[in-house]
Amino acid sequence: MTRKEILDELKKVIAPYTTNKEMLDSINDQTDLIKDLKINSANLVDIIIDAEAKYQIEIDYDSADKMINVGTCIDVISEKISQKNEEYR
Amino acid sequence: MNNHILNHLPYKSSFRFVDNISLLNENEVRGEYTLKEDAFFYEDHFAGNPVTPGVILTEIMAQIGLVVLGIFLVIKETEFNFMEDDSLFPLLTSTDVSFYKIVLPGQKVTVISKKQYFRFGKLKCYVEMLDSSKELVAKGMFSGVIKNINTKNE
Repeated sequence: MTRKEILDELKKVIAPYTTNKEMLDSINDQTDLIKDLKINSANLVDIIIDAEAKYQIEIDYDSADKMINVGTCIDVISEKISQKNEEYR
Repeated sequence: MNNHILNHLPYKSSFRFVDNISLLNENEVRGEYTLKEDAFFYEDHFAGNPVTPGVILTEIMAQIGLVVLGIFLVIKETEFNFMEDDSLFPLLTSTDVSFYKIVLPGQKVTVISKKQYFRFGKLKCYVEMLDSSKELVAKGMFSGVIKNINTKNE
C-alpha cells in the first residue's frame, strides 16, 4: 500500500471522531489530530483500534505513542503492514 | 467480597454513588445504589417535586460501570496504588446516554456494565441502569481514563 492509499483509508477511519469535517478533506502529513482536527485525546484510542481492524494489524503501546499527526500515523500503519507481510512470506 | 474495591474510590460523602458491588470480573461489573432522600440535589431539582437529575444518574452509571471496573483492571495490571498515590484520578472522556424512566428519592438502582475494551489506559463500557422491578432506566456507552493530576503544583 502506498502512503496515498493509506491516507485515503485513514480519512475514513478518522471521520467519525472529528467535528472539523472541512479540514479532513485537506489533511496532510503535518495535520495534528488533536490540535487541528479537534479530536478528543481519548478518541485517539478508538482511531487506533479502528485502524487495527481496517488494516488487520496490531499496534503496540510504543507505536501508538508516536501517532500524533497524520504523517506519523501513516508511518506506523505502513510499518505494521510491511511487518505483517514479512511474517506471511 | 467485591466491596474492598470501594476503598479505592476517590469520592466522599455526597458524591459517592456506590453502595455495593455484587459482581466484578475482568469483563463486567454489577453494583447497586439507593438514592438518599436527603441528597443535596433534591431540594432544588425540582422545588417541591424531587426527581433525580439525569446528570446524577449518569454519574452513578459512571462510578459503578466505569470507575469501579477501571480501578479493578488498573490494580490488576499495573503498579498503581490508589491508597498511597493521591494524584491518580478517574476522568470521564465521553458518554452517550439515553434515559427511559425517572428515578425518585429513596429508589434503589442497579448498574450493569460490560467492557468493550481496555487499551492504552482507556476503558470503554456499555452500561445499563435498571430499577428495582428490573425495568430499564438508562443505557449508554461510557469511556474514561485514569490520569495522574498533580493539583498541588498548579
